[in-house]
Amino acid sequence: MTAMTDDTLPVTPRTIRDEMIAFAVMTLLLLIVPLTDLYPFFVMQALCFALLACAFNLLIGYGGLLSFGHAMFLGTGGYVTAHAAKVWGLPPELGILAGVAASAALGAVTGIVAIRRQGIYFAMITLALSQLIYFIYLESPFTHGEDGIQGIPQGHLFGILDLSKSIVLYYVVVFNFLLGFLIIFRAINSPFGEVLKSIRENEQRAISLGYKTDQYKLLAFILSGTLAGFAGSLKVFVVQNASLSDVEVSMSGLIVLMTLVGGLGTVFGPVIGAFIIVATQQYLAGFGSWVTVIQGSIFVACVLLFRRGIVGEVAHYFRRSL
Amino acid sequence: MKRRKFATLLLGTALSLSAGLAFAQDKVVKIGSLSDQSGLYADLGGPGSTLAAQMAVEDSGLTAKGWKIDIIAGDHQNKPDIGVNIARHWFDVDKVDVIVDVPNSGVALAVSNLVKEKNGILLDSGAGTSDLTNAQCTPNTIHWTYDTYTLAHGTGTALTKSGGNTWFFLTADYAFGAALERDTTAAVQAAGGKVLGGVKAPLSTADFSSFLLQAQACKAKIIGLANAGADTTNSIKQAAEFGITTSGQKLAALLLFITDVHSLGLKTAQGLNFTETFYWDLNDGTRAFAKRFQERAKNHSMPTMVHAGVYSSLLHYFKALDALGGNPHDGAKVVAKMKEMPTDDPLFGKGSIEPNGRTLHPAYLFEVKSPAESKGPWDYYKLVSTISADDAFTPLAKSTCPLLKK
Amino acid sequence: MQALYAQLLVGLINGSFYALLSLGLAVIFGMLNIINFAHGALYMMGAFCAYFLLNIWGIGYWWALLIAPVAVGIFGMVLERTMLKWLAGLDHLYGLLLTFGLALIIQGIFQNYFGSSGLPYAIPDQLRGGTNLGFMFLPIYRGWVVVFSLIVCFATWYLIERTRLGAYLRAATENPTLVRAFGVNVPRMITLTYGLGVGLAALAGVLSAPINQVRPLMGENIIIVVFAVVVIGGMGSIMGSIITGFALGVIEGLTKYFYPEASNTVVFVLMVLVLLVKPTGLTGRAA
Repeated sequence: MTAMTDDTLPVTPRTIRDEMIAFAVMTLLLLIVPLTDLYPFFVMQALCFALLACAFNLLIGYGGLLSFGHAMFLGTGGYVTAHAAKVWGLPPELGILAGVAASAALGAVTGIVAIRRQGIYFAMITLALSQLIYFIYLESPFTHGEDGIQGIPQGHLFGILDLSKSIVLYYVVVFNFLLGFLIIFRAINSPFGEVLKSIRENEQRAISLGYKTDQYKLLAFILSGTLAGFAGSLKVFVVQNASLSDVEVSMSGLIVLMTLVGGLGTVFGPVIGAFIIVATQQYLAGFGSWVTVIQGSIFVACVLLFRRGIVGEVAHYFRRSL
Repeated sequence: MKRRKFATLLLGTALSLSAGLAFAQDKVVKIGSLSDQSGLYADLGGPGSTLAAQMAVEDSGLTAKGWKIDIIAGDHQNKPDIGVNIARHWFDVDKVDVIVDVPNSGVALAVSNLVKEKNGILLDSGAGTSDLTNAQCTPNTIHWTYDTYTLAHGTGTALTKSGGNTWFFLTADYAFGAALERDTTAAVQAAGGKVLGGVKAPLSTADFSSFLLQAQACKAKIIGLANAGADTTNSIKQAAEFGITTSGQKLAALLLFITDVHSLGLKTAQGLNFTETFYWDLNDGTRAFAKRFQERAKNHSMPTMVHAGVYSSLLHYFKALDALGGNPHDGAKVVAKMKEMPTDDPLFGKGSIEPNGRTLHPAYLFEVKSPAESKGPWDYYKLVSTISADDAFTPLAKSTCPLLKK
Repeated sequence: MQALYAQLLVGLINGSFYALLSLGLAVIFGMLNIINFAHGALYMMGAFCAYFLLNIWGIGYWWALLIAPVAVGIFGMVLERTMLKWLAGLDHLYGLLLTFGLALIIQGIFQNYFGSSGLPYAIPDQLRGGTNLGFMFLPIYRGWVVVFSLIVCFATWYLIERTRLGAYLRAATENPTLVRAFGVNVPRMITLTYGLGVGLAALAGVLSAPINQVRPLMGENIIIVVFAVVVIGGMGSIMGSIITGFALGVIEGLTKYFYPEASNTVVFVLMVLVLLVKPTGLTGRAA
């Protein structure tokens, strides 16, 4: 049985240089967005999901673990940050810190259970765990159940940056996205990332080489969950609410879809995928349930026709690594 | 020198122009009908509300006076985050002035927040929670048709006084259910009754059996259904299946719409008591509106009180715009004008809008007719009593709205 | 006490659906090595099929019990032939993703035409009403669902574990190449197995229609509970999934009586506990 990302990886060895150039282009594009006609709210939302998808990709693309429950981290980061900002009155930076810490803790607890199985079982266990978390949030008083936490004050970051100003918020989101992106980029290019990849290729061999693979997998799971929570915390300041939609199974599915469309195991794929999927939601909203049908069709098309995803196919064609 | 003078002049013109733009009144209005278009509240609001808005535009006569009025519709799917997202897009990109309907109290409260931030207008008809004109009132929201206080003081008081003095609540687990249970508990206790317990069921539950069994085990005389739409009709049907109604407990549908009675059928629904502020067969005005509505409605159903509220709140909004001579695109200003003017329309009669945004008009306690009493399709209600506007809505002195504290 | 028995009955009914659905999942997984995420959507299609039969052609509940599983089963076989087949040899996870996509498409289409609220489906006349058993009030239809599901579950178990056809099936699961060498058409068997599993889901859908109404999203949440059931019971085991399905329904019912707040989560908590103690599931062998 071939591993999930085997046929998605580029043929040539990865070169950091291509990725650096792509990173510079992406940064430049993001910086000039306010000069264009693009709706900044859309870009900010897409960036939050892009970070989320990158965090998810760390696990599947480099660790070979498909989590079908990453929405639980998005929701946890969101709810805790929202609660901290609204009820405790904490400033944004501490609110985000609280959200990130909570998702890291959740990552540790759920990770211990989830990494006990591989492959398809891992997917189902993460799915069930996220449903467990969903029901806990549904019934906890602090999340306000169906009503969600609304009207969250955006506040001043570090006491000086007024986040209720659209342009300030935009650059704060861009900065945080790039920060999260670089953390992931660093992780996959570190010795830690290399061990992860060897586990994905052949766990038995990695064990026989003396690596405690469970520890590496757990660490990857926690890191991925923490960054997904970071995305959730950030999103709170963009949409100013935290709700059950972020913890639902369909959200977990959407995260998988974004990464799959962009390209599993590619560095930039999840970003492209997130923009595409958020765009379908934002601009096709008028079509109602057809959006679900379109998303499902993209899923099927990706699995059957182009498993490398957009970036993966492009990279494959030009024999580059992106 | 000459050139400099010219420049000053130019600058002055530019300044006055831009200042003029900021306060520019034009005759363009954009209405957003935000509702549950396909879920459990779609029948009581949904496409019918958009139709009611359309009829209000036609009946206002503003188009003939050169106004350009557009309506767009959105589906909030009963999720506050989706509702807020749509509303934000409407304000930022589509330049919507006024949002109408918004059933589902959770969504309504969230949208009301955003409307205040964007200085738009929310004319709420579908949502029930009395918080909209109490703790969470804003200068940009008007709550038109009914609220949980009305339902509690209509049905709750009436049933308690007629002997149903012990209650158990089956509550929809979101803002509306919580508000309705809270207000009804107060009304029941004020009338000398006692609340023995309650259970919360998720919004849009399909199988109420385990919740109903808890209600049955409690032995309260009245099982108060603090839910709405399809949730109410499902719990009524399943209570019959589990023999709850035949064993002596009585159901109180605190909120029931004519579309719910229609889908239950008179055989199941007969004898239920409930409170509404509109019924199509009340007088000539309501009958004329209902007839026109029914001809154009999908499924040819009669208008619910939510539809009626969308229609008459928009009529009042147009009157205020007409009085202002144009659309200032300043939500708080238009709402202030609306509160100034007395309300008067064929559906709800004469009334007024309180400073907290609450519209006052009479409410009615109805009973569902038996199949024998009904003379034809949609002839479902008989009037038990009329509740005056003062008794139907929170007295101003008791309102916790921060706008009232000066 | 009456309430306890009543909640137990409600639990048994839910258990019947869990058992029928996880049984179908187990059958499909055993043969195709695919976790069928579309199972919930196909369960929903079964209910809709019954609804269409009644409202378009006037065909009632009893025929629907037969026609809907066959019709949806054929639809499933078409899916298998046109799509799932191409995933052979790839990571099993692709099967999960493909069927998840299919579920989105199916649910989206139905939602678009029928909204998301429930369409009523009346209880058949013969099963209407209820009897007072003294210790509780039993709606007859709900009793029927439990009895009928038990019969179907054990019939399926018998078919797979005790008949010649079942023996081929089990052999093909273990070693498809060898079975093919004996002249058995393995691809056709795979298709038929998928059809059987899907048919069971559709049957559960018909049974559920009078209780849960016919809703496009009716399979969305139940399928995740069923996943947890399958993880607890051990994936490949037929008897394991039947027993776990009913048992978890009953445990849920008990929770509703003793501690209602936890009734939604109890299955998932149990799953975590089982995984910590025995990662392969209660009846599972090491993967």
